[in-house]
Amino acid sequence: MAITSQPSADGQELTIVIRGRFDFASHQEFRDAYERVSVTPKRYQVDLRDTSYLDSSALGMLLLLRDHAGGDSAQISLLNCSSDVRKILAISNFEQLFKIS
Amino acid sequence: MSERLAILIAEDNAADRMLLSTIVSRQGHRVLTASNGLEAVALFEQERPHLVLMDALMPVMDGFEAARRIKDQAGEALVPIIFLTSLTEGEALVRCLEAGGDDFLAKPYNRVILEAKIGAMDRLRRLHDTVLQQRDLIALHNEHLLHEQRVAKAVFDKVAHSGCLDAPNIRYMQSPYALFNGDLLLAAYKPSGGMHVMLGDFTGHGLPAAIGAMPLAEVFYGMTAKGHALAEILREINAKLKRILPVGVFCCATLLNISSKRGLLEVWNGGLPDGYLLHGDGRPRQPLVSRHLPLGILEPAAFSDRCEVYPLAPGDRIFLLSDGVLEASDQHGQLFGEKRLLRLLEANRQPQALFEEIQQALVTFRGEQQDDVSMVQVGLAEDDERPRPLAFADSGQSSVMDWSASFEFRALSLRHFNPLPYLLQLLLDVQALRPRGGELYTVLAELYSNALEHGVMGLDSSLKQDASGFAEYYRERRLRLASLRDGYVRFHLQMLPEANGGRLIVQVEDSGPGFDPARVIDTADDALSGRGLALVRELSDGFSRCPDGRGVSVEFCWSAEA
Repeated sequence: MAITSQPSADGQELTIVIRGRFDFASHQEFRDAYERVSVTPKRYQVDLRDTSYLDSSALGMLLLLRDHAGGDSAQISLLNCSSDVRKILAISNFEQLFKIS
Repeated sequence: MSERLAILIAEDNAADRMLLSTIVSRQGHRVLTASNGLEAVALFEQERPHLVLMDALMPVMDGFEAARRIKDQAGEALVPIIFLTSLTEGEALVRCLEAGGDDFLAKPYNRVILEAKIGAMDRLRRLHDTVLQQRDLIALHNEHLLHEQRVAKAVFDKVAHSGCLDAPNIRYMQSPYALFNGDLLLAAYKPSGGMHVMLGDFTGHGLPAAIGAMPLAEVFYGMTAKGHALAEILREINAKLKRILPVGVFCCATLLNISSKRGLLEVWNGGLPDGYLLHGDGRPRQPLVSRHLPLGILEPAAFSDRCEVYPLAPGDRIFLLSDGVLEASDQHGQLFGEKRLLRLLEANRQPQALFEEIQQALVTFRGEQQDDVSMVQVGLAEDDERPRPLAFADSGQSSVMDWSASFEFRALSLRHFNPLPYLLQLLLDVQALRPRGGELYTVLAELYSNALEHGVMGLDSSLKQDASGFAEYYRERRLRLASLRDGYVRFHLQMLPEANGGRLIVQVEDSGPGFDPARVIDTADDALSGRGLALVRELSDGFSRCPDGRGVSVEFCWSAEA
């Protein structure tokens, strides 16, 4: 599976790991990664270490996660962004909505 | 188990034929028999059985020829043919399959194997049927979809082409179905001359991506025609898309406001790749960088309509592109990228060849045609000084023509509100003025910005002499406007009926200190002493300054048409 999610021991944080291409084909899998979990996390981390490519529908999916996590009060970090991924996030100015590192 | 099939048995040996018939009918199938190939073909034509058991060697017509003819007649449908043969050498068995047979059964017959093979062939036959049905269904759906896209595109083209994409100063390149890739290109003349241009890119593909384009285009054209400023249009588009689009669907866009006569470019980029302001005189290009989130994401309160302002000279061009260009990838998954694009921009000598050069580079890079690329180049229109006629929502029956009204817009309003579209709507209730709506708008806009920038805010237009001063001027304008606490701009409108028509007198005053007429004449590019004044004089039927230097008065006259 290209997308996996793992809650922290205290259930406060959910880490979603995305491998390979992150595009419209991952739509359902990405949703499942945060909807089908037993915990209600306060914070989310999306680990993009092994994400090779990210398109505009992936940006849309990140917005859906943000909405799910409480909209403006959501705490979502995008971790380990490669320079390509970082560039795409920067063009869309997503640093205004997500913590990017 | 399986359904009852009609099975044709072609066998010249009567005893074998009898034996096979018995086995097959005991299995519950309906049996048809033929004693040679010719009979078999005729019977097939008549009865269309589901499956054929075919002896290879028969008189009159052998099984190979009969199989070929039956397969011909069956067309797309799969009618499995099982060859019955005492032949054993490989070559003969291969011939059976080459003639169109699907399997073979060696004599003497084994009942169990025959049953199993009939069952297997029936499964294959039904699978084939299902595939054909699904293929037809998909073809039908696809045809529907294409039809719907054609209709949607036709409707959309009408909306999109109500603009001015065909203006002589615009060049653009878009794949015919770019709309269904979510790409959108709009351009419209402003009533004051100059134009608004927008390149947008919705997330996703297909109809969902195209669907937001309609309301967006409506807002863009409607508000541009009414004389709204780019910032207001941006706020409205963002609010509308935020309201109607589902979360996760948004529109990356660059909007341009090109004011030919003020030599001014305003840019707002949210989420599109860098555009470029390319100078005709060889100065380095100015990237037009994305500074904002795309449209349709932020709540209206959080949305920023802040534009960047650049001077625009004849020979300058603005080049915008969608991400289809940069994200084109070769067979190794490598992206075309910004560097390759910049090299092309650098190497380009003839502006009109740029698109072809980029497309050629993309084809070479990818090895095939790119179908989701949108590019646009806009220059300063040379004959664009004349205001355009305005679009009207209603036919304006009433023509009350004897009234006056005064408006005072104070600091808080000046900070957030553009009064021009509203004043204009009021004035254009007078039908006789409508043909001059564009001129009227231009004059009001010149007077208003002069009153606001120089009168109320005390900006010094001599700053605008070079590019850095230019940027400084607009930075200062933004800062002063945002913190404006005092001051006003007043409009006094008088609509007077006359014997054979009427007259409109507009007075504009501001709270500024007034000006020293001698000084104004010296500063050649003051908004109301240079091009601005010339324009106001030319477009109105009378122009005068108030004696205290804090206001001006213009007149528009008309005579009743027969």
